[in-house]
Amino acid sequence: MLSIQNLKAVIEGKEILKGISLEVKEGEIHAIMGPNGSGKSTLAAVLAGRDFVEVTEGIVTYYGKNLLEMTAEDRSKEGIFLGFQYPIEIPGVSMVNFMKTAVNEHRKHKGLEPLSASDFLKLMREKKELVEIDSKLANRSVNEGFSGGEKKKNEIFQMAMLDPKLSILDETDSGLDIDALRIVANGVNKLKRPDNSIIVITHYQRLLDFIVPDVVHVMYDGRIVKTAGKELALELEEKGYDWIKKEVEKNELTWTSSLK
Amino acid sequence: MGKKQDNIIDEVTSGEYKYGFHSDIDTDKIAKGLNEDIVRIISAKKNEPDWLLEFRLKSYRHWLTMKMPTWPNLKVPEIHYQDIIFYAAPRQKVAPESINDIDPELKRTFDKLGIPLEEQKRLSGVAVDAVMDSVSVKTTFKETLAEMGIIFCSFSDAVHEYPDLVKRYMGSVVPYTDNFFATLNSAVFSDGSFCYIPKGVRCPMELSTYFRINSANTGQFERTLLIADEESYVSYLEGCTAPMRDENQLHAAIVEIVAEKNAEVKYSTVQNWYPGDKEGKGGIFNFVTKRGMCKGDNSKISWTQIETGSAITWKYPSCILRGDNSTGEFYSVAVTNNHQQADTGTKMTHIGKNTKSTIVSKGISAGFGQNSYRGLVKVLKNAKNARNYSQCDSLLLGDKCGAHTFPYIEVDNSTAIVEHEATTSKIGEDQIFYCNQRGISTEDAIGLIVNGYAKEVINKLPMEFAVEAQKLLQISLEGSVG
Repeated sequence: MLSIQNLKAVIEGKEILKGISLEVKEGEIHAIMGPNGSGKSTLAAVLAGRDFVEVTEGIVTYYGKNLLEMTAEDRSKEGIFLGFQYPIEIPGVSMVNFMKTAVNEHRKHKGLEPLSASDFLKLMREKKELVEIDSKLANRSVNEGFSGGEKKKNEIFQMAMLDPKLSILDETDSGLDIDALRIVANGVNKLKRPDNSIIVITHYQRLLDFIVPDVVHVMYDGRIVKTAGKELALELEEKGYDWIKKEVEKNELTWTSSLK
Repeated sequence: MGKKQDNIIDEVTSGEYKYGFHSDIDTDKIAKGLNEDIVRIISAKKNEPDWLLEFRLKSYRHWLTMKMPTWPNLKVPEIHYQDIIFYAAPRQKVAPESINDIDPELKRTFDKLGIPLEEQKRLSGVAVDAVMDSVSVKTTFKETLAEMGIIFCSFSDAVHEYPDLVKRYMGSVVPYTDNFFATLNSAVFSDGSFCYIPKGVRCPMELSTYFRINSANTGQFERTLLIADEESYVSYLEGCTAPMRDENQLHAAIVEIVAEKNAEVKYSTVQNWYPGDKEGKGGIFNFVTKRGMCKGDNSKISWTQIETGSAITWKYPSCILRGDNSTGEFYSVAVTNNHQQADTGTKMTHIGKNTKSTIVSKGISAGFGQNSYRGLVKVLKNAKNARNYSQCDSLLLGDKCGAHTFPYIEVDNSTAIVEHEATTSKIGEDQIFYCNQRGISTEDAIGLIVNGYAKEVINKLPMEFAVEAQKLLQISLEGSVG
């Protein structure tokens, strides 16, 4: 589904991604871990189509199409969803209006008729229950006055509404207490199907107890330096990122994940 | 990929002013410039009675003693009055009896603007007075309204057919000495709409006037007079467009509204005069005096305006709350993009007892636009229990525009309660990207955000026009976020 080959990217002249290669197949859950500044969020930004990141080298294909040539909104309509690390507030725009516009844009892209008002409200009710989001939250302006946890739940709610093929969850667990974490993870798991995939970006192993990954990658200094199964997350939790750092320095090589 | 942070949003110029065409119509124009002879010519062309000519001359002579005010937060280039043509009228042989008598080119113009001149289009249910270049071209539904005793016709017609009404009310709300541009208007006004709603009548349809400036080098000086007699109700809508030209054109109009006891008037304006090009060349100077007098007890006047056009907008639709328990309202969305400027707001003067006023002003600045809100809430000594609520918000798109607020509060009665709130906000790239990532294009995102911001005001418009206003807002801001 997603193929990243030797991706390099720069922000304001500074190279952040130094050659990322990654393959995600349908049905897989990948976790990307790494210390602050390793480039995890930058990778998410590149995949979502954020303009301030300049790609200097590399290829990214999504179902065979060149992802880097697509606008952010087209990527979304093709099924890519980003759960933001810091969801932004949009005062004056109701969640209902916002989601209705988004959902209908997606439907238009697929050649479907827009949802009627009543069908849309039905969909909202369904998804609200699924991800256990408070009814009141959905009636307010987008993220306005939401607590950190509410914002993260709202991201998962939007994910449920848009039913993406590839979800990139950027530190969705940050700022969540254990109960909220469980609710968010449950929501994500309920949306999981054999034909969609998730990339979970996180610092902590904790989330991965609930959203169990098939593959774990560790990023350091703009590269993926280690790739393994879910035990890697546990090892990381035990030994800390310093362990990775030392390994990298020792080898003076970059370890990349397996490629075809 | 790889655009710099500053250029995140492309400079899309697809939002072209679509009313920029001009029509080749046989036009009757007089020589340019202004002097007493010109005033007499204008009056003669309209066959006006002596009392009206006297009014004009009195105004003209007074105008000569006045100077253009310099206090607004506007950079107004010098206006050369002797280069302006003060009268231009589409040349029509005889007053058209039916739609078929109207110059076809004129009809085409209004068709292009989407304005229904055909009474057969009853779906719209709106009575329209179409004014092209200062002359009222056609007023629809005149007969239907006449059956109810409602007078809706051109100002010029009203002068001839209802002189007593005109004499009684004209200048009673905006006296000829009021201000520089009002005085000028009083000397050279050409036409406009006249509306009278008789006692106890609730006007069954929206009344509407579309103003279109077509000829070059002319000024447009309409005069509108709207009288709601006791217990009556009317909702009135004014729409304005003008072609794209390199020179500025002056629009100095006057609107007077009188609401007698228990009467209510809703006056809505959707103004889309040519705003000038991206470099600030050309565009209309919109210097208008609009005032409503809540004359009778329990009367109510509401002004709603969506101002997206004009190179320079300078207007303060106001209410004089003379009657006890009277109410004045002002709802405004004013957009300044590229090099547009606006100094606009309202004046609410509380005179009677238990009067109430509400002001909601939403300014939107983009490009290099400079948007100023100027409002006055004045409570006179004997105005017991006056209440005012003012909310003045500014939205900035980009970092080269400006929003300014000049609220004035003058209260001379200790029982008054006056509230004022203000906010300033920005549309950030992060907000736009959030929308993009959900599949919403940048244009639609701006539309969503701006309309969410302006919702409160747009909801005050008659439904048919609310949708147009939303689209207009979105178009007027295309290419503006960066």
